[in-house]
Amino acid sequence: MNSAMNAIRRGLGNGLVQAFLVVIGLVWLTPLAGLFVSSLRSAQDTAKGGWWTTLTSPGQLSFDNYSALLKNSGMTQAFWNTVLISVPATTLVVVIAALAGYAFAWLDFPLREPLFLLVVALLVVPVQIGLLPVAKLFGALGLFGTIPGVVLFHVAYGLPFAVFLLRNYFAEMPKEMLEAARMDGGSEWRIFTRLVLPVGRPAIASLAIFQFLWVWNDMLVALLFADSSSQPLTVELQSQIRQFGSNIDVLAPGAFLSLIVPVVVFFAFQRHFVQGVMAGSVK
Amino acid sequence: MTATTLVKQQAGPRAAGEARGRRSRRRARLIALLFVFPALLLLGALVVYPVLFSVGRSFFDASGTRFVGGDNYAEMFRDPATLKAIRNTAIWVVVAPSLLTGLGLILAVLVEKVRWATAFKLLLFMPMAVSFLAAGIIFRLAYDQDPNKGVLNAAVVSVHDAFEGTSSYPTARGRQGLLTQDHDGSYRTTAAAGHTVTLPMVGVLPKDLPKGAEPADAAASRKAGPGELRGVVYLDFTPGGGGRQGRVDPKESGLPGMQVQAVRDGHTVASTTTAADGSFRFSGLRAGSYTVKLPESNFAPPYQGVSWLGPTLVTPAIIGAYLWIWTGFAMVLIGAGLSALPRDALEAARMDGANEWQIFRRITVPLLAPVLTVVFVTLVINVMKVFDLVYIIAPGPVQEDATVLATQMWLVSFGGGNNQGLGSALGVLLLLLVIPAMVFNVRRFRRSQR
Repeated sequence: MNSAMNAIRRGLGNGLVQAFLVVIGLVWLTPLAGLFVSSLRSAQDTAKGGWWTTLTSPGQLSFDNYSALLKNSGMTQAFWNTVLISVPATTLVVVIAALAGYAFAWLDFPLREPLFLLVVALLVVPVQIGLLPVAKLFGALGLFGTIPGVVLFHVAYGLPFAVFLLRNYFAEMPKEMLEAARMDGGSEWRIFTRLVLPVGRPAIASLAIFQFLWVWNDMLVALLFADSSSQPLTVELQSQIRQFGSNIDVLAPGAFLSLIVPVVVFFAFQRHFVQGVMAGSVK
Repeated sequence: MTATTLVKQQAGPRAAGEARGRRSRRRARLIALLFVFPALLLLGALVVYPVLFSVGRSFFDASGTRFVGGDNYAEMFRDPATLKAIRNTAIWVVVAPSLLTGLGLILAVLVEKVRWATAFKLLLFMPMAVSFLAAGIIFRLAYDQDPNKGVLNAAVVSVHDAFEGTSSYPTARGRQGLLTQDHDGSYRTTAAAGHTVTLPMVGVLPKDLPKGAEPADAAASRKAGPGELRGVVYLDFTPGGGGRQGRVDPKESGLPGMQVQAVRDGHTVASTTTAADGSFRFSGLRAGSYTVKLPESNFAPPYQGVSWLGPTLVTPAIIGAYLWIWTGFAMVLIGAGLSALPRDALEAARMDGANEWQIFRRITVPLLAPVLTVVFVTLVINVMKVFDLVYIIAPGPVQEDATVLATQMWLVSFGGGNNQGLGSALGVLLLLLVIPAMVFNVRRFRRSQR
């Protein structure tokens, strides 16, 4: 009797849990759906009513905004700038951090321990504190307002986490493996490229995804260090936000364009993505 | 795991180096330095040097020529704008991590009970891939004040109207001289039972007439029976001109859906709503004179919803957007901790007849405390640096009500303020706030190396 009651109560509870989670899921999906649907509507339709009116009159939907976006040279330029910033910034961080991570884990050099503690300490340094001094420095070096400048800043501020992650991962490698390779007369460079990098692939993948995401989505750094010819999508869109309301037909597809790349990366590499974000969240 | 820890303890590059000669050892060190050099150069030039520079710069005035000691730091707590930023950051740091940890915990526990847990986790984690800028645009859109644009206010308004009803004629006015307006906004006229009364209104554009509104003239000439009070509420305006004021001319439309009350001696004795032609009818009235009243609710301005991005609600609204982004993170991290809990403790409690709430309260939460702390601390560190979301969502005029340390630092240093002394001081304050996290990280690392 009691157990039957419990079973009923549990079943009822489970139904409630399911319903609650469905509602939460819908709440999470709605804002994103709103952006996507808005990106498919003309400015006139948007002025007349909310995006949900397309449920009853789907005739409003078209890809006109996107084809207009592709013809908008400012936007396409900004999109390519985003790629030209994110890809080198990711590659450089991975390469530089892998080299340093290997050295910190397995090579001997003066001040190795204190230097690594410094790297650990730098993990949480906010980028804000670097903006002004680095802007002055880049101004002197002629890097201010250029893509390489933006890339270098991202690399520098991505390094503490990257070195930390890879050093810890490499340090877990069995010592015998490296000894054997050294006995065989392999140079450190050879050991690094042939042994350490392949073994470290999972950590490198998580790091690369995290760093790519970080740089692709950045607005603050590019807002200061990029000029109008080198600015990424986030800054281009930000510069148009002042007319919010009248230019939803540009902002919505632009925002969607900027978010679809990381979202695709997310779904393609779920596991590495989640691991990367988890590990990097201390940043 | 034990094997690797053992290996790590023996592993010292030093031990490896001793086997070789002095020359090859020097060579090995040189190679090692080449490996770390790029990283150290970039970290030194673009992170360490800037930190030191900013600390020094924060003791100089706006132009950077005069040493002012701690003045910038004192200014920070005097200037209303930076004070506001400090206050808002405090609100963020208290509210956002607590809500996120709580919500993450609840969802992590609940999602274990359904079969589609993975799909749900993926959906909630996805916003972590979206930039703050795109999230900002998404929520600018959702929070739009106009209920015909912002989905949130559309929901709020339809809920409100479902309970409170809508007023149909916010712009309508009674024809002057023919109807009396009370100070509460209602209109009235007097009529005796057994009569038909006309209530002429103006101020409704023909295009704003409800669909299905019909001409009122037929109803206006209908005779009322004994104990009956009839009437029409109509738009006293003939499209194209030619109508007479105060008369129900042939083309003039009734106003459907208008509330009408019959009032006697201050008491409402009957109330009804007008039909498609604007007509209404009270029956079973005692003989005598009545006040026919159009209550003010007919003319109330439509409910416009909540001003999400107004000065008072803007910070909670932006925190809402932040929750959208980070809840999945909290849920997944707590979920990982949850799956590492000892199953037998939970099972034993179930066997002892504990209900789900007791298990949650007495076993799950205490065992999860370390994970919850990590989630909370991580979120605090991130929340302190929030910039893009505030910068994008808060509309220009409200920006100063929503400002936080990171946006204020930006505004002061680059966005017109141009006071790089105060800006540097704000940057240093941000750094000081994360120093406990820095110490924590270093300590934890050193412990893990022992």
